[in-house]
Amino acid sequence: MSERTERSEGHERMPSQHGMSERTERSEGHERMPSRHGMSERTERLDGLSVRDVRVSFDGFTAVDGVSLEVPAGDIRFLIGPNGAGKTTLVDAITGLVRATGSVRFGDEELLGRPVHRISRLGIGRTFQTSTVFEELSVLQNLDIAAGARRSWATLARRRGGVPDEIAAALETIGLADRAGHLAGTLAHGQKQWLEIGMLLVQDARLLLLDEPVAGMSHEERDATGALLETVSRDRTVVVIEHDMDFLRRFARSVTVLHAGRVLSEGTVAQVQADPRVQEVYLGHPVDAGSARTGLEA
Amino acid sequence: MTAVTPAPPDTAVRPAPGGATPPGRPAGHSRLRTAAGFAFGAALLFAVAPLVLSDFRLALLAKYLCVAMVAVGIGIAWGRGGMLTLGQGVFFGLGGYAMAMHLKLADAGPGGMPDFMQLYGQLDELPLWWRPFASPWFALPATVLLPMAVAFGLGSLVFRRRVRGAYFAILSQALAAAMVILLIGQQGTTGGTNGLTDIKGFFGYDLDDPVNQRMVYFIIAGALLALLALARQLIHSRYGELLVAVRDGEERVRFLGYDPASVKLVAYVVAAGMAGLAGALFVPAVGIISPALIGIVPSIEFVIGVAVGGRATLLGPVLGAVAVAWARTALSERFPGTWTYLQGLLFVVVVAFLPGGLASLWALTRRRDAAARSVRRGRLSLGRRRTERTEVPAA
Repeated sequence: MSERTERSEGHERMPSQHGMSERTERSEGHERMPSRHGMSERTERLDGLSVRDVRVSFDGFTAVDGVSLEVPAGDIRFLIGPNGAGKTTLVDAITGLVRATGSVRFGDEELLGRPVHRISRLGIGRTFQTSTVFEELSVLQNLDIAAGARRSWATLARRRGGVPDEIAAALETIGLADRAGHLAGTLAHGQKQWLEIGMLLVQDARLLLLDEPVAGMSHEERDATGALLETVSRDRTVVVIEHDMDFLRRFARSVTVLHAGRVLSEGTVAQVQADPRVQEVYLGHPVDAGSARTGLEA
Repeated sequence: MTAVTPAPPDTAVRPAPGGATPPGRPAGHSRLRTAAGFAFGAALLFAVAPLVLSDFRLALLAKYLCVAMVAVGIGIAWGRGGMLTLGQGVFFGLGGYAMAMHLKLADAGPGGMPDFMQLYGQLDELPLWWRPFASPWFALPATVLLPMAVAFGLGSLVFRRRVRGAYFAILSQALAAAMVILLIGQQGTTGGTNGLTDIKGFFGYDLDDPVNQRMVYFIIAGALLALLALARQLIHSRYGELLVAVRDGEERVRFLGYDPASVKLVAYVVAAGMAGLAGALFVPAVGIISPALIGIVPSIEFVIGVAVGGRATLLGPVLGAVAVAWARTALSERFPGTWTYLQGLLFVVVVAFLPGGLASLWALTRRRDAAARSVRRGRLSLGRRRTERTEVPAA
């Protein structure tokens, strides 16, 4: 637990992509806990995700069949596609949950072939379709654990004293500051999803992979989640798997459509919507559950 | 998917405070309560018990407290870490045998050999692996470090391979069986089925003397309190929170950048060390260690006490272990032969109707009070909370 991957100092920043000039520097002017050893010299760096010819097979069935895509730093990329298109499997491959061939690079680091917790320490965080917060622990404890993967054993052996700065900031960002002491199991569904995103923030994830973050949310909660995504994408790269087309139209900066394990189309929301191949996949089979759910025709 | 009455935007983003669980109590208050609790426990063990109990009963209590020390460890490994370890007898036995070997050698005097070796082993000289145990500087640390080392080796193999749940339980139980078979098979050097018996002295003190028995009791009581303090620190540390997180969502913890195997390993090794210390102190208290005391049946009995008391709490395992061990003696005295059935019944009833153990009864009443209070305090916010609750997570 004490060892961590050293980031190269003075690394060149990636060029700004989406009006990044006004983004806030989180590591500056911000007192760090002395216990979080080595945290102060970490540089905040914006990296893009590069997926090249990734294949995932389960017992002869190819779930992801040679997917290549580039997500530039600071993007909010939506991954869409009918059920079974391989969206979640692709995210599983990126995060090390399933074995894959090809290449996945985040910044300068190759991700494929590393164990899950090492990939996570490179700054890749994900959420799941079903929320997986620790229900028996409080909101604060959930965030504290998420923030602590680089803690030394000596720090782990002690109690948490007060609320670390970055956790307090995350509590504000996700709007759960007044719920910090409550058990995560008592939160509403939407709040659990926000807590998950908050956990990625304090984890210092620089690439967020969110699997259907607004499923089951009310309209207001969707709006709040979208605003949250825009906030966090100021200094992070975000990839969202989502079926909700209204949400996609409002918050996606770019879209990749997957179909049968391959990239079908890629571009802005308007470009993708105008693509006849996408229309065929979604509209060609009107009885398909995928088209009913996505409502791309609307 | 979205059949939810939209709540006002304000409440959707920032709901009103006052949920079902109260926020954490201030640290100073809880520290005071803990100090008071420890003082009460110490008074009970060091003053009240020796005054009201006969020498015979006090010796029995010493034995129960040893079982309680094992229970503290199981509470950490199983209650907080989710590792149902059905083989704590192995570590209890390693500690017990290490201590008994030293005491047997001390009884035999310099250059002497334990009585049973001459009887069964027909050995001319002490086996090589017995020799270091002649020194207390080796034997005493070994009672704790040996079980921890074995747990470390085993745990490293098992947890990295992601063996868990019932498979882990079965594996740990098989280990207890293997250890018993090994001990019985090596009768010449281990005492076989009889074990190491007839231990007379404890670092120069005669164990037949009631005064010295009392001293052993006090050492055990002190050790139990020390282990409780250690367990409490562990549970309330960041590590303790992390351990619960691993118990409830091992994969999720992995995605946060931790290696759950090493988190579990620490709890398992600590539990093994506690069982080893308990075994070591059990020997002077009872005067014997044998395969029957460390095999599958005693290993399961350790767990029953923890389950009855409440595995996830600090005191539950201790009180449960003492209560079950005491009930066993009391009921066996009156109705010999029925205890086994009663014990089984007790286990089934607790697991079926009170999965959190007896400790959860107390927590239940407290929660009911808190819920009643919060209803009285915030009738207005109730409707809003109900709206939130109708939101069903979509698949």
